[in-house]
Amino acid sequence: MLFEPVIGLEVHAQLKTKTKIFCNCPTTFGAPPNANTCPVCTGMPGVLPVLNRQAVTFAIKSALATDCTIARESRFDRKNYFYPDLPKGYQISQYAFPIAEHGHLVVEPEGADPKRIGITRIHMEEDAGKLIHDPGRGKSMVDLNRTGVPLVEIVSEPDMRSAEEAGAYLRKLHAILKYIDICDGNMEEGSFRCDANISLRPVGQEEFGTRTELKNLNSFKHVEKAIRHEIQRQTYILEEGKKVIQETRLWDPNKNVTRSMRGKEDAHDYRYFPDPDLVPLIVDETWIDAVKKEMPELPDARKQRFIADYSLSEYDAGILTGSRQLADYYEEAAANLKDKKQAANWIMGPVLGLVKSQGLAIETIPVSATELSELLLLVEAGKLNAGTAKTVFEEMIISDKAPLAIMKEKGLEQVSDQSELDSIVMSVIEANPKEHDAYKNGKTKLFSFFMGQIMKQTKGKADPKVVTSLLKQNL
Amino acid sequence: MQFHELTLFDARKLLDAKDISSVDLVTALLERIESCDGEIQAYITVDEKGALASARKADERLANGDSTPLLGIPVALKDLLCTKGLATTCASRMLEGFVPQYDATVVEKLKESGAVILGKTNLDEFAMGSSTENSGFHITRNPWSLDHVPGGSSGGSAAAVAARLCTASLGTDTGGSIRQPASHCGVVGIKPTYGRVSRFGLVSYASSLDQIGPITRDVRDTAIMLNALCGHDPRDTTSANVAVPDFTAALDEYETQGLKGMVAGIPKEFLSVKGLDSDVEKAFYHSVKQLESLGVEVKEISLPHTDYAVAAYYVIAPSEASSNLARFDGVRYGYRDTEAADLIGMYKKTKSKGFGDEVQRRIITGTYALSAGYYDAYYGQATKVRSLISQDFSRAFEGCDIIISPVAPTPAFKIGENVDDPLTMYLTDIFTLSTNMAGLPGISIPCGHGKTGLPIGFQMMANRFDEMALVRAAYGLEQTLALENCFPEM
Ligand SMILES: [Zn+2]
Repeated sequence: MLFEPVIGLEVHAQLKTKTKIFCNCPTTFGAPPNANTCPVCTGMPGVLPVLNRQAVTFAIKSALATDCTIARESRFDRKNYFYPDLPKGYQISQYAFPIAEHGHLVVEPEGADPKRIGITRIHMEEDAGKLIHDPGRGKSMVDLNRTGVPLVEIVSEPDMRSAEEAGAYLRKLHAILKYIDICDGNMEEGSFRCDANISLRPVGQEEFGTRTELKNLNSFKHVEKAIRHEIQRQTYILEEGKKVIQETRLWDPNKNVTRSMRGKEDAHDYRYFPDPDLVPLIVDETWIDAVKKEMPELPDARKQRFIADYSLSEYDAGILTGSRQLADYYEEAAANLKDKKQAANWIMGPVLGLVKSQGLAIETIPVSATELSELLLLVEAGKLNAGTAKTVFEEMIISDKAPLAIMKEKGLEQVSDQSELDSIVMSVIEANPKEHDAYKNGKTKLFSFFMGQIMKQTKGKADPKVVTSLLKQNL
Repeated sequence: MQFHELTLFDARKLLDAKDISSVDLVTALLERIESCDGEIQAYITVDEKGALASARKADERLANGDSTPLLGIPVALKDLLCTKGLATTCASRMLEGFVPQYDATVVEKLKESGAVILGKTNLDEFAMGSSTENSGFHITRNPWSLDHVPGGSSGGSAAAVAARLCTASLGTDTGGSIRQPASHCGVVGIKPTYGRVSRFGLVSYASSLDQIGPITRDVRDTAIMLNALCGHDPRDTTSANVAVPDFTAALDEYETQGLKGMVAGIPKEFLSVKGLDSDVEKAFYHSVKQLESLGVEVKEISLPHTDYAVAAYYVIAPSEASSNLARFDGVRYGYRDTEAADLIGMYKKTKSKGFGDEVQRRIITGTYALSAGYYDAYYGQATKVRSLISQDFSRAFEGCDIIISPVAPTPAFKIGENVDDPLTMYLTDIFTLSTNMAGLPGISIPCGHGKTGLPIGFQMMANRFDEMALVRAAYGLEQTLALENCFPEM
């Protein structure tokens, strides 16, 4: 029997607010244990939560970016369970009435048609702290720095049918959240976390099979690997005529296997109920409109604009809109150029090469978009050619000097003067009579030989266009 | 007159006139606590040093011609309110030795107004009870009769005012915990509208019902205290951003306009409850007559869902409590059992040993009511009843300005009389808890004494944020009743 996987993803994204969701503690990562805490986020008696409006604004952004319907009134609930990293004994979350619902993303898995993936809901909640185990002393310590850091949980519909689709969805969502600048997307530090729900059903059957939930998927690669592995595991079980057990499974990235963590019978009863310490969250039209004004152009729209306005290919536009920073870099570099395609080629070539080789982010590489723009203007003005521009670019990486200064200092300014080049062309032709004769006898390939000789004499500075016409006249 | 006998209002006048000093007043009360509180046991903690230090500071300010409404006035706080640097126990072994790093907003406000904090008063553990017998430390005795309870849960605060162990005090009221002990101790207690006073720093029992209010000798002092306590607090988003009037203006309103034209409703469902003591009934109707003599139109009204109020309350309050008290887990502060071998064992033992029986009973009840499969039948249903009760009141207030009733079905009962019968104990809240369910203000003022000499209280309830009507009517009734022997002899 042929089985079809059904996959849904739950993503927890940490919001980039300066302070926590219900108190004024900073959210900085890597502070000494419990440095970022106060009576509110450590659950001291008598304290009360106050909702951080910036966190709400970020949640609204995530909703707008995923075409969700934003609830004009949503509510916070308490999710009750005991664990030492949860100081109040409950997590404040949104259960019955989330801030946003009914959205979608269009994803493009490699080599497949675009596909629309539904988003069931987005809700806000607070993060928990973490335990640090010290087996040497037989003790566990609690670090509450992360307690109360704002999260949005983005729950997809079970619309994905393969690990690749799940990967594409996750990458897209990740890019969007970074694009709208509400999450730093760091999967290793846990600011972008993913759980996957997977079930199998015979092809053609509408009803879902029994699902398992996969946890601990902390990179795109692991998500795809773990899902593939889980599909395989469930396929074996079903092919043997056995039943999949509903459970939560933990992905072991070292052994590339999933392990049972807890069964359905061990599932918590969270006793959700409305948090009486928080009033309903009212998001009115004014608030949404203000957020809309702050929203950057989203990747899909920007890509279409790049194709239409800059005559870029679908492929180039896709790469250049891969991150907001890269797209900004491109647009800044290309702004004053006539040839937008030239800037695209430069960025996808030497610039991204530099990003890769230096392991830097586009916004921190030593050649800024403005500097690149200055360089490419020199090319457009005919002062540098492809070769000399590359030389100047290399120098720009290691020095602080402007492209113009480097060009002058190195004497790289292109020679376009007819009379100056004319004498050089004539002298080169005269110095190579054999090649000249061969050329005249039809060996036109020797054209590049003459060109090379001239470039050698001018140290590459000769304007190839002028040289070409002079050679054609005189050979 | 001895200093401890002074009302807040009179003490204010004498302090401002420099006839007495705050140190005089505080010293007199500390001496009084020393000599009388051994019997009453209203206090859990007396902060002698801190009180004298703030009294000295108050005197300095007074000497500089400074005056704020509570400058130099000694007050006591229910030990459910967090005080920076001063132990806050909630009368629970669970929090023995816990010292908060912050003041409750009301404590900040009292301090800003110049009040001197004398100490922290006893209560039913985490405010769960109606007799102060559920304190994890000791019981408090009724100053009128030492073998009777002072009521609860703010029993310590009410007894302290009645026994003149402080000039005024703060209590908290979740289902009657200010009004009922005020009634049993013969003092004035008000539960303001939900949202009128910030709950920040009040250790939550049932967040949607809890409200802080003053307990005082008379209605004038209540108005002065309300002025100091009320107002929006950005740290409590459930506190209402509404204008706060000068509540003492309500006293002037009575002086100039009386109560003529005011309409008071008596809920017929309240007066037909089983077990209504005849002395209570008699005192109630005596007061009704006084109100009528002042020109108040008294009429019968109906609050049809009263029968379900107690049941709904005892689902909602424990449900919230089960979650609010989850934080007392032995991990970060307070009591921790050290015998258990693992985490779950530590949780179980800490909670079993740290919490008293009544607290455990309510946590278990609440946990059950919120459980999957039971939520709709219990918590969900109780929430519906709650809105019906609110609607009852809204409808009633279309035809009247205040609603009047007894505070409790009986005067204070004997210590130990109801401890093994939680249901009877729960039913004693019947007249008070509806106002909490509807978020309305309610006041209890003394209206007489029963045959045994124990005081009896009279309750007035008003529409949301209409404490002015309560203060005005309560002041009118107080003036007209002009009760003699207002305080127990001690
Ligand atoms: Zn904090």
